Amino acid sequence: MTKSASSAPAGGVPVLMKGNEALGEAAIRAGCRAFFGYPITPQSELPAYMARRMPEEDGVFLQAESELAAINMVYGAAGAGVRVMTSSSSPGISLKQEGISYIAGAELPAVIVNIMRGGPGLGSIMPGQSDYFQATKGGGHGDYRLVVYGPATVQELVDLTIRAFNVADRYRSPVMILGDGILGQMMEPVVFPTEKPAEVAKPWATTGRQGTRGRNVVNSLYLAAEELEAHNLRLQAKFAEMHSNEVIYESIIPEGAEVVCVAYGTTARVVKSAIAMARQEGIKVGLIRPISLWPFPDEAFVNLPDTVRSVLTVEMSAGQMVEDVRLALNGRLPVHFYGRMGGMWPIPRDVLAEIKKAAGREAGVAR
Amino acid sequence: MSSIVERIPVYEPPKSLSDVSSHYCPGCTHGATHRIVAEVMDELGLTDKAVGIASVGCSVLAYNYFECDMQQAAHGRAPAVATGVKRVRPELVVWTYQGDGDLASIGTNEVIHAALRGEKITVIFINNAIYGMTGGQAAPTTLIGQKTATTPFGRDKSWSGSPIHLSEMLALQEGAAFIARTSTHNPAHLGRTRAAIKRAFQTQLEGKGFSLVEILSTCPTNWGMTPVEALKWVEEQMVPVYPLGIFKDWQADGARSPAAAGAAAKSAKPAEGGK
Ligand SMILES: Cc1ncc(C[n+]2csc(CCOP(=O)(O)OP(=O)(O)O)c2C)c(N)n1
Ligand code: SF4
Ligand SMILES: [Mg+2]
Repeated sequence: MTKSASSAPAGGVPVLMKGNEALGEAAIRAGCRAFFGYPITPQSELPAYMARRMPEEDGVFLQAESELAAINMVYGAAGAGVRVMTSSSSPGISLKQEGISYIAGAELPAVIVNIMRGGPGLGSIMPGQSDYFQATKGGGHGDYRLVVYGPATVQELVDLTIRAFNVADRYRSPVMILGDGILGQMMEPVVFPTEKPAEVAKPWATTGRQGTRGRNVVNSLYLAAEELEAHNLRLQAKFAEMHSNEVIYESIIPEGAEVVCVAYGTTARVVKSAIAMARQEGIKVGLIRPISLWPFPDEAFVNLPDTVRSVLTVEMSAGQMVEDVRLALNGRLPVHFYGRMGGMWPIPRDVLAEIKKAAGREAGVAR
Repeated sequence: MSSIVERIPVYEPPKSLSDVSSHYCPGCTHGATHRIVAEVMDELGLTDKAVGIASVGCSVLAYNYFECDMQQAAHGRAPAVATGVKRVRPELVVWTYQGDGDLASIGTNEVIHAALRGEKITVIFINNAIYGMTGGQAAPTTLIGQKTATTPFGRDKSWSGSPIHLSEMLALQEGAAFIARTSTHNPAHLGRTRAAIKRAFQTQLEGKGFSLVEILSTCPTNWGMTPVEALKWVEEQMVPVYPLGIFKDWQADGARSPAAAGAAAKSAKPAEGGK
């Protein structure tokens, strides 16, 4: 097969791209050389993009027979030492959980993308944020953690995807991009970096001994309890390091803010519009936007000004991240929640009404 | 040459087999099959360029027993893991070692799709008609009438179906280049098993496509038999249900037709014995 001419978008200048496709391009620019996936809406543009672009980069695109197979192909390729990615949407990510646990247990770097849709069950193909628990609290079995990023713009999707590959390699750990259907489908201008990805040495990978070393083994089984505990302690030390080094968030707290909103991903953009509307009406509202959902940016909640009377968390779920907000605040402030589900998303007018309630600007609201 | 008499070792452990004691029960043929795989790796010079994929079952610790690079895969997913390795490093020789619960039950989808893609991997498939590791439950390969922990009155065809003939199914896939079923019940058959495994690896080395050797094996522990009784049971009960032979061979025209093999399997009598 002859290598076709590159259809890569230019780097260093803005190009207009759909979220799912920009994500694929970002992965390729990060040095991703293998993609295994299975079709599911609303992320299908991503595998289609990889099917077209990977051959141009001498990379591998393979449509697997299922998400189970896809995530285990990721395991094999990651174990063989290449940068590898898979993507899916909620039901498919549920199927991948066993594999993600194995990848975490065997300490393999990989990037997993979940472009969330409404659940539970088959749910709908409309956007959602109801896989937050699954992504940030474990998902699969065992004591493990994933770094989870919640991008809000197509540019951020690109930047965080590149970051995800670097973080995965640094810690030998799977990293998840947790987007939603709106972001995946949305077109926005993005700028791709022009620099080449750094080469990462992987002396542990199963690349064949080649007469140069003893054998390498990729494994998550430790039959002796003492050995498995020691392995877990090593993993926990790594997760603690990730917890202290990998927090990212945006925080805009105006002087005299009465309410602070908390939202991530597309929802944060809606909340920003509502905050601007509130300002017009003379209500000062801040925003904390977690970008790393795990590790959760607890530090953003520490020194809020005394003027803040309450916190309002907005999500496309029945309230999942709100539990982390409550933990971060540890009872210091009342926490309100507003969420839409099933593929519905909050609109600025409704968020504004919730902000007013949280600010005590409407009758009958306990503080 | 310093000496006229060359020392020719009559018997020594294969270099591809690790110098550790295995955890297999006495009389279990997993051990003999490991040795054969290692011998073939030595003979073909694969140790330095092979990646073996251990599965979930009694052979889960295979990653400790072979000297090549190894990965341990989730239950049933070894062919997908092997696909991941082979696709990104096609220069490697990638093989899986799977039991019948692993390959023919939870992992049927993965093995069938690896075969139909013509994935250039080699699968060593241990059919011992039972789930060994978990304590002797029924497998899809369990014989009609065979007693297991979960078929205490013997496998009843009307309730849990008939033994699965995976090799015959796989041979129908165009991507399958070499498919054979062999047995371990006596030295002659071990020799044929060795020849088949060698042919399977050569199939991969020549880039011809998917290769698999199904090996009728013993589980004396869960069958409730002595090692000798177990070998006899393979010969007398398993072989009639699972006809031996080559079902697909890219090299030879004389491969036995899967249809003929299927007919032979159908006419086999219900098994006796088993725990
Ligand atoms: C997802 C999952 N389900 C079940 C098990 C439990 N389990 C371990 S080994 C095994 C059966 C293995 O039987 P087989 O593949 O026939 O290998 P054998 O032990 O007979 O060699 C099962 C069900 C598991 N480890 N993972
Ligand atoms: S339980 Fe059966 S398959 Fe497992 S090691 Fe013992 S004899 Fe072999
Ligand atoms: Mg078995």
